Amino acid sequence: MRYIANTDADRREMLTTVGLTSLEQLFTDIPQRVKDRFQPLSLPARTEMEVARALEEFVRSNNDWHGSISFLGGGIYDHYIPSVVSHITSRSEFYTAYTPYQPEVSQGTLTAMFEFQTLVCELTAMEVANASMYDGATALAEGVLMAERIVGNKRVAVAQPLFSHYRNVVDTYCWASGIEVVELPATADGRCDTAKIPDKLSSLVIQSPNAFGVIEELEGLKDVLGKALLIVVTNPISLGLLAPPGQFGADVVVSEGQPLGLSPSFGGPLLGLFATRKRYLRQMPGRIAGQTVDTKGKIGYTMAAQTREQHIRRERATSNICTNSALCALAATVYLANLGANGLQEVALLNLEKAHYLARQISSLSGYRLAFQAPFFNEFTVQVPTNPQQLRAGLQEEGFLVDNPTQLASLGVADALRFAVTEKRTKEELDHLVKQLGEIR
Amino acid sequence: MAYPAQLHYTQNHEWVALEANQAKVGITEYAQGELGDIVFVELPTPGTTVNKGESLATVESVKAVSDVYAPVSGKVLDVNPKLESSPELINQDPHGAGWLVLLETSDPSEVETLLDAAGYERHLTEK
Amino acid sequence: MSSIFDRKCPQRAGGLFPTPDVPADGAQKLLPASLLRPGAPRIPCLSEPEIVRHYTHLSKLNYGVDDGFYPLGSCTMKYNPKINEDLARLPGFTQAHPLADAKLVQGSLKLLFEMSKLLSKIAGLADVTLQPAAGAHGELTGMFLVKRYFEDRGEDKRCRILLPDSAHGTNPASAALAGFSVTEIPSREDGTVNLGALEEVLDETVAAIMLTVPNTLGIFEEHILEITEMVHAAGGLCYFDGANLNAFLGRARPGDMGADIFHFNLHKTLSTPHGGGGPGAGPVAVAEQLVEFLPVPRIVQDDAGYHLDWNCPHSIGSIHSFYGNFGVILKAYSYLLHLGDTGLREVSENAVLNANYIQEHLKKTYYLPCDRLCKHEFVLSAKGVAEGISALDIAKRLIDYGFHPPTIYFPLIVPEALMIEPTECEGKETLDQFIEAMEQIAVEAKETPQLLHDAPQRAPMSRLDQTRAARQPVLTHPFDDSSG
Repeated sequence: MRYIANTDADRREMLTTVGLTSLEQLFTDIPQRVKDRFQPLSLPARTEMEVARALEEFVRSNNDWHGSISFLGGGIYDHYIPSVVSHITSRSEFYTAYTPYQPEVSQGTLTAMFEFQTLVCELTAMEVANASMYDGATALAEGVLMAERIVGNKRVAVAQPLFSHYRNVVDTYCWASGIEVVELPATADGRCDTAKIPDKLSSLVIQSPNAFGVIEELEGLKDVLGKALLIVVTNPISLGLLAPPGQFGADVVVSEGQPLGLSPSFGGPLLGLFATRKRYLRQMPGRIAGQTVDTKGKIGYTMAAQTREQHIRRERATSNICTNSALCALAATVYLANLGANGLQEVALLNLEKAHYLARQISSLSGYRLAFQAPFFNEFTVQVPTNPQQLRAGLQEEGFLVDNPTQLASLGVADALRFAVTEKRTKEELDHLVKQLGEIR
Repeated sequence: MAYPAQLHYTQNHEWVALEANQAKVGITEYAQGELGDIVFVELPTPGTTVNKGESLATVESVKAVSDVYAPVSGKVLDVNPKLESSPELINQDPHGAGWLVLLETSDPSEVETLLDAAGYERHLTEK
Repeated sequence: MSSIFDRKCPQRAGGLFPTPDVPADGAQKLLPASLLRPGAPRIPCLSEPEIVRHYTHLSKLNYGVDDGFYPLGSCTMKYNPKINEDLARLPGFTQAHPLADAKLVQGSLKLLFEMSKLLSKIAGLADVTLQPAAGAHGELTGMFLVKRYFEDRGEDKRCRILLPDSAHGTNPASAALAGFSVTEIPSREDGTVNLGALEEVLDETVAAIMLTVPNTLGIFEEHILEITEMVHAAGGLCYFDGANLNAFLGRARPGDMGADIFHFNLHKTLSTPHGGGGPGAGPVAVAEQLVEFLPVPRIVQDDAGYHLDWNCPHSIGSIHSFYGNFGVILKAYSYLLHLGDTGLREVSENAVLNANYIQEHLKKTYYLPCDRLCKHEFVLSAKGVAEGISALDIAKRLIDYGFHPPTIYFPLIVPEALMIEPTECEGKETLDQFIEAMEQIAVEAKETPQLLHDAPQRAPMSRLDQTRAARQPVLTHPFDDSSG
């Protein structure tokens, strides 16, 4: 096997050292009954060329994405990934290293973690962030669990216009912890109805921009929550332009970080962003890098506040998370460093302007109108005059990819489609889509 | 080292200073050495009642977390205010300035179960 | 070490995106002022060459498997095949959006489906979920499955998880997160389960036992069948942590040992890169009676092809945004295709031989708590090497010899533990160099201990002040201005 350095001669010598005569003897400690039950995979070994060919077969059964124009969204977007990102993340010193248990030889990983944490705090206007979680959905679920540890009311209120995959994961984690989930409905303008907030909550979860694309009104929300924590789910690109949740007193801010330099990759690996306030540091899940000095006084970074974590606290840990999404966090760090504040604002503005252009053009078509009048960022919901499933299928035949309307139907909005527009969409593509919508009736 | 004779001790490396119906509690020299540099202490709220043997406080070092168990039952009267900003007091002066909790004792007979200095030193050598 | 925030830079930007081809209305026109950022985030604006130099420089401060021997016990730091990296970057895979119509992603769905089948067979169990994004996530999923299983049967007294005191910290943490209480069973001296102790704690409040096989001392539980039979007889389930699967790949299956639930660490056993801390993947295989509780959506195949099935009324729900870490799973699948049945056997036999070879040599110099045939890893104790020398000192000195240290201070039941896992990829030559270094260090420990206390001296940094990092946490860049 290619990846094994030992020769037969090596193995013979080593067996002698260990006092054995055959490799089989290395497994005498496995009960014979177990060995007898073993069944192989009936899988032949393949050479590298054959493996490549086999995987390329799978690719052939997928769509040719270059021929498609994506308006897919729902937390995962078709953003432009600058070339620098993959060149840095493919450096083997980064990707073949593991958890920085020995900080003296892990300053690459740890410095990048520290930068990432700082960037997340800057984007969200929060005080402390961890070095990543698996994805936005589990980051949200962990936020809900954290609020529960702090407040202890065994109840969370969740805004209804949350992406369904966020909601599904929250529901599962809350079931396991015995936390009641209360849903706050959406109003006619597509925003969460925050007029009647239940009492005795541990937290309130609201997404902005939400599942309809609408930007929520967060001003004053924290003030009416009493002891409950305000957890805001956001979109990192939107924070290049939009007022960050920290400004409105959020206690926890989470997001899916895929838009920051990660390809959609059929939904994984993803990147969970998690930020909170300093006073909750001891309750925060996840790994965190901290600044310190070495014996020569040189500034360096190390894993900090480890006593929250599983390898020390075990069953009293703030989370069980160990391996997270470090390389994806590195990609996001390089992406943001490469853009700079200016570039991030630029890309956010492109998203905003292109989405609003498309929204205006679609609204001018007879029978089409925006489902909600409230402000939006780069995703919006449109009432359509024909069966949305058929419309989606028709668009797909022309190469336009749109989210399944069941996403919206599950949120109580029928006869509608949702469109996400990123900086990659040209005016030509947008006009072409509008023309198609006008023709498919 | 010779452990202060006026204190009482537990097998879990807590010390107790008894005076009338009050008990001051901390961790021993041995315990702070095992833990290493203390970085954080979680102390109970005054007014909390605790039974002998229950977790009273938590002491964290860089690499470990340790429960401090109540050597006697009682009600928390006070906690050491200096530990929030200077947890290292526990390392520097574990039997004095690094005290953790002051209790109002509820059961005087529990003293019988505690070790004296000699008993604790014997316990350490058996480890 | 300077971070990007230490750079002083004027505004330098542009060159990535074309100017808007749609009306450039500006944010103020399109959104109310109250929704806009008052000030930009403090992200430096550097030129591309500066960015590349900065991160290239940072990478050189790291040590990865591609740099040298990395015997981090319990992590299986094996070589990451480059073909897997290339295949995972194919646009046909990377551009697939998880919400795209099933017709457009038949290739991706098929890959996940085929992988599930392979992993089920390796586990010797009925079916698999690929959703968990890491081993700990798999453990949590497993605990959720246990919980739902007993809920479904109306057995609400079952609230306890048993685990040996040698268990990895994620085990009790996962159990607690799922709402269980944890009972630790004291191990025998070789870290194996004490059957008598197990007997004592087994009752109708036990939901499951969590075991790592081989255990965290690298010793195979020879009484594994008795253990699982005892737990089953008491009405409980058996969860196996698969972190150490490298020890018996191609030779034995957890399902045949009595496991009901088993998680894989693709970033350990199946060669996907560790990434500096992820992304990994922790698929979970289950026995027949747990299949109905697996997370949704499930990937199913019928005459029309592959699609997502959400219609699983007894499912625990979802534990990941979508279907798992596809990009990671793809690499592991590619690895399995390369290995085949013969390759799997070669992995375990070389991994176990390498570990025993090092053990045989180093037990002459270091205390070996468990002197017997080990599997793919073993644990030494630094106790007794020399006065005042800790496992930490030895680890730091190993860095000066050009090696990444083994895992230290785990498992907790061995004082001053050094857990060494060479993996199958290392050749005898490397192992001999490592053995020689460890023997040298033992001599230095006695004769010139200051070399160990001052180590590392040949790394990008000398020992970092952990106490200061903990007592005075600086967790984001300390910007000079007070607008932080």
